[in-house]
Amino acid sequence: MGLLSKKDAKLITDPLADNNPITIQVLGICSALAITAELKASIVMAVSVMAVLGIGNVVISLMRNIIPSKIRIIVQLVVVAALVIIVDQVLKAFAYELSKTLSVFVGLIITNCIIMGRFEAFALANKPWQSFLDGIGNAAGYGLILIIVGFFRELLGSGTLLGFKVLGDPIEKTGLYAIGYENNGFMLLSPMALIVVGIIIWIQRSRNKALIED
Amino acid sequence: MENRTDKNSYTIIFAIAMVLIVGSLLAFTASSLKPTITENQRIEKQQNILYAMGVNENDESSANFVSTDDAPALFEKFILKQLVIEDGKVSEDDQAYLIDVKKQQANGNAGKTRKLPLFVGEKDGQTFYIAPIRGKGLWDAIWAYVSMDENMVVQGAFFDHAGETPGLGANIKQRFFMDDFIGEHLLNESGTFKGIDVAKGNADPKNLDKTDNEVDAIAGATITGNGVSAMIKSDLKLYEPYFKNLKNN
Repeated sequence: MGLLSKKDAKLITDPLADNNPITIQVLGICSALAITAELKASIVMAVSVMAVLGIGNVVISLMRNIIPSKIRIIVQLVVVAALVIIVDQVLKAFAYELSKTLSVFVGLIITNCIIMGRFEAFALANKPWQSFLDGIGNAAGYGLILIIVGFFRELLGSGTLLGFKVLGDPIEKTGLYAIGYENNGFMLLSPMALIVVGIIIWIQRSRNKALIED
Repeated sequence: MENRTDKNSYTIIFAIAMVLIVGSLLAFTASSLKPTITENQRIEKQQNILYAMGVNENDESSANFVSTDDAPALFEKFILKQLVIEDGKVSEDDQAYLIDVKKQQANGNAGKTRKLPLFVGEKDGQTFYIAPIRGKGLWDAIWAYVSMDENMVVQGAFFDHAGETPGLGANIKQRFFMDDFIGEHLLNESGTFKGIDVAKGNADPKNLDKTDNEVDAIAGATITGNGVSAMIKSDLKLYEPYFKNLKNN
């Protein structure tokens, strides 16, 4: 027996590929468009969502037997909003620099449909430990796509990765730019995130025919 | 059988309890952390002002402030005077950097007097005049500290934003954008205030011409760039009379 039982391990690995929240469930597309113009923002967002979804799933799971079903969506919303605000305030007090980088994501985390989706579909019906794993797994699946999209958009759009000029300097014309390569400014605009996500979906489904719906 | 949690009375009690608990939790967090947060913001202002006059730890391409521990001492050392301009009258106020530019802008728009803070600093024998300005980007507020010499030629600038798009508008706080402003003239050839345009289709992407009142825009960040041009035009123009006076004396 490893650290996790087979069933528990599947909670983490499933959302990474065959049940990916973005490419299969098509959730969280909005933030995938908004912040993937550079790789660093994608990574920060992936980590933030992982923290919020992991903790939020546990909180909802602990409360699952006392939440009135009529107002459960509101309760979920309150939990995630309170969680995000508290984290934001604590960061502002003790890690001010980090909080400034994150500020733009706070709103996006609260409205992220993956979070509500996992609360509703999983945490309300499962035990805290499984819910925690499910949260981490889904956030990782989401983050993985975000990072892939961020990688290509920053590389092809700005010619940089994490801010480093990996392809040379476009103004001084060094590296690849010396032989006539140009950045594709179109990659920086949000529609291109959809196209990159579309390509990922295409590759994924052509490799695994079981995912294709009739 | 009806579930206990489906009852209306239970739902209402649950909702009330939840609001009370979450509300007090948030209120408690906010009020207990407020002093630390305010202190962080105060030091950040000092760092921003120092950054604009070139007191910073920039390396090759990234923008770095002086450390939070050193900022108060360096602020004392480099900032000689803090002025408040009110209806053309200039007075000294060593807390001028805490003036809320947003509030003063609202005062100005409402027809009341607007206090204009201006910080006078000196480094390596050169005098810097640093003004805080504020405007609107695409999603939220943007603001800046611009340092100038007595001819209103920009000596340094620090831009910041509350929520511009990462990778696009948010790049106004990157070195490549901020450094473009250094050396740019705010006045035109005949000496009247023109501001600096964040221009698309600029024929001068390396920004060699410093008297064209233009810097190169960021691709994909048109509205943020327009916001930058607009706040420079509207807010820095208010300081023009001060500089005119400075020359006449």
